[in-house]
Amino acid sequence: MSDTARENIMRKLAAAVADRPAQIPETGALPIPALCQAEKIEQLKHFMQSVRGEVHVVKAKDWVSRLQDLLRPRALKTLLYGPATPHGKILAAGWPPEDPGLPRLVPYAGPVEDFKSELFQLDAGITGTLGAIAENGALILWPTPEEPRLISLVPPIHIALVDAGNIYCNFSDALTAGSWKAGMPTNALLISGPSKTADIELTLAFGVHGPREVLVLVLEA
Amino acid sequence: MAETTGFDFAKNIRHALGDQQLRKNFKFAMGSMIQKRRLIFADEAEFEQLRAIGSAIRTRALAKLPELLARLEARCTQNGIQVHWAETTAEANATVLEIMQRHGATRMVKGKSMVSEEMHLNHFLETRGIEVTETDLGEFIIQLAGETPSHIIVPAIHKNKAQIARLFQEKIPDTPYTEKVEELNAIARRTLRRKFFDGQVGLSGVNMAVAETGTLCLVENEGNGRMCTTVPPVHIAVMGLEKVVEKLSDVPPLLRLLTGSATGQLISTYFNMITSPRRPGEKDGPREVHLVILDNGRSRILTDPQFRQTLQCIRCGTCLNHCPVYTRIGGHAFGHVYPGPIGEILTPQMVGLREAGVLATASSLCCACEAVCPVKIPIPGLIRELRNASYTATPTGRVPGEGFKRNLPETLAWKAWEKVNRTPALNAVVTRLAGLMGDKAPRLGPLKLWSRYRTPPQVARRSLHAMTRAQGVDDE
Repeated sequence: MSDTARENIMRKLAAAVADRPAQIPETGALPIPALCQAEKIEQLKHFMQSVRGEVHVVKAKDWVSRLQDLLRPRALKTLLYGPATPHGKILAAGWPPEDPGLPRLVPYAGPVEDFKSELFQLDAGITGTLGAIAENGALILWPTPEEPRLISLVPPIHIALVDAGNIYCNFSDALTAGSWKAGMPTNALLISGPSKTADIELTLAFGVHGPREVLVLVLEA
Repeated sequence: MAETTGFDFAKNIRHALGDQQLRKNFKFAMGSMIQKRRLIFADEAEFEQLRAIGSAIRTRALAKLPELLARLEARCTQNGIQVHWAETTAEANATVLEIMQRHGATRMVKGKSMVSEEMHLNHFLETRGIEVTETDLGEFIIQLAGETPSHIIVPAIHKNKAQIARLFQEKIPDTPYTEKVEELNAIARRTLRRKFFDGQVGLSGVNMAVAETGTLCLVENEGNGRMCTTVPPVHIAVMGLEKVVEKLSDVPPLLRLLTGSATGQLISTYFNMITSPRRPGEKDGPREVHLVILDNGRSRILTDPQFRQTLQCIRCGTCLNHCPVYTRIGGHAFGHVYPGPIGEILTPQMVGLREAGVLATASSLCCACEAVCPVKIPIPGLIRELRNASYTATPTGRVPGEGFKRNLPETLAWKAWEKVNRTPALNAVVTRLAGLMGDKAPRLGPLKLWSRYRTPPQVARRSLHAMTRAQGVDDE
C-alpha cells in the first residue's frame, strides 16, 4: 500500500510544482543581538523567573553545597542523577551519605524498562545542559546515554546546571555556534520553565504533566 | 468525514448564537488571547520583518515540496525513523492500526494533533478495541465529554470550570467536585500519569519536520507531548505533508512566530526535537519511531498557485482568535475539524465546495486574519476566490465542486443588473423607479432574509446624478 501511496503522492506533488517558475523569495534573517555575559545571565533570569522558574548564579566550585541549601527546605526524599556525567561525579562526591535533611541520590543506572516503577516515584532530577538562550530564557538539553531523557521530565522538580559561558543570545545563535546540523542527537530539547497549561478558562497552572518546579543553577567561573 | 453528513451551517450558527454561556466563554477567551499576542509582537516593524521571513520560509518549502519530502524521508530513514505515506485518512488510520497490531498493543497515549483529528483516529481505533487516551489537558477534557475540539490551540475553550468540574466528577472515579483550576489540573495529572506509565504506543503530531536533518519538532507547554514521545516503547508521529521545512535554520523564526501567535509566548515551555529512536546504549526513549505523512487533498491544493498559500499555515490559530465570526459562534458551529478563517479556506478545498463551500460565507472580510497571520496567508482573498468558484460557469478543476451554487434566478438577476448598468437609458429609468419606491421596495425572498437583521438601504427620491445636474454641474 505505502509504496503506491508514496509514488502517487510524489507524482502529484511533482506535477503541482513543475510548471511554476521557481519564485523563491529571499528568506532574510533577524539580526542576532550582541550581549555580554552579564546581560545574557540577566535576561535568562528575567524570562525564567517570569514563568516561575528559579535561577541562582553561583561560583562553579560551590554549586553542590548551594544546591544542598536550596533542597533542605524542600524536604525531598530522592534526587535522580546521571552517575557517569562529570557533574554527576562531582555531585556524588560532595553529597553526605547519611543526611536526613537531604534527598538520597538515585542513579539512572539501567534501561528504563528495569527502572520505570521507581522512576515515577522520585521527587527530583538533576541534569546538565548544553547552555541556555538569553532571548527567551530556554535551557538547551541534549540528553545522553549517561543522562537520559526522562530525568528532566518525570520527577516533579528539575534542577539544571548551566555554564555561564554557554548562554547564547538567541536560538539561531545556539544552532550555529553548536553546529547542530552536523549531527542532531536522538532528542534535543528547549525547556523554558516548569510544565504549565492554560487549557481551563485560560487560567495558568503549573506542573500539569512535567516538572512543577525548574531550578536553574548558573555556574560562573 | 462521516460526522459532517447533514451539516447545516445556518442551524449551527443559530444554535451557537443562542447559547449565552458559549458566547461569554469565547468572548472572554479570544479577548485575552488577542491581548497576550499583542504584547509579544509589540514592535510592529520587528513583527513585519519576522513574518516576512516566516512567509518566505513556508513559500520556499512549498515550492520545493517533493524534493524536501524526499530528503526528509531519506534522512529520517538514515536516522532509523520508519516513514509511511498515506494518500487518504483511511490509509493513515490503517497504517497506525497495523503498527499497533504488530506490537500487540491495545493502549495508546496521544499528544495533541490536528491531523489525527482530521483522520478521526480516536474513533477508528476505539471501534477496533484500542484504548486511546488524549493527554493534552484540553483534549482530555473534550474526550471525556465526547466532543471535538472547538479551537485548534485551546480545544476545550468553550467549557468553563464549572462544566469541567462536573465532567471530572462524573467521568473520573472517586473525584470530588472542585472548581479550583489547580485541583482540576492535579486530578488530570494523577489520572494521566498512570496512562503514560502503561501506554504501549505514543502518538503525536508534528509542528515542523526538518528535511536537512530528518528531525521532527514538537511545540508544547504541558509535557504530555514529551511523555507520549519518550515513555512508550513505540512512537508514531502523524503529519500533513506540508509541514516540512528545508533547513534547521528555518526553525527559530517559525518557532518564534508560532508560539507568539498561538499563545502569546516568546517560546513554549518545551520544544522537543526528535531525530531518531533510542540509539544503542541509550537508556530511555522509544525503540521505534514511525512517521506517517498524510496527503488528504493537500497535493491538489498545491497545484493552484493561489490556493497553494493555504498550505503555508503553521496552525497557530491566531486567525480564529481575531475573527469576529469565530468569536461569536465558536468552533463547533463550523462542523468540521478546522474552524475559523483557516478552516473556511482549508476545509472546502479538502472536502469540496458542495460539502463545505458554505464555510466561505462565514466572513465579513474584515481582513483581521490576514493582518495577524504569521506567514501572511491572504485568507480574505482566498475566501473570495472560493466564493467565486462556487458560482463559476467555467470549472477549471482547481477546487472540487466548482459552480455548485450556480442557479437560474441569481444568474438572471445578475444578467439584469449588468444590462441595467451597461445601458444608460435603462439605467435612468430604473434609477427613477427605485427613487419613487424609496424604502417601500417589497421585501421578498432573499431580500426579506437579508433585511431580517440588517437595515435595508433606502433609495433617495432623487439620484445624486440628478441632484448634481440640478446644481448646474455639466454631465461631462
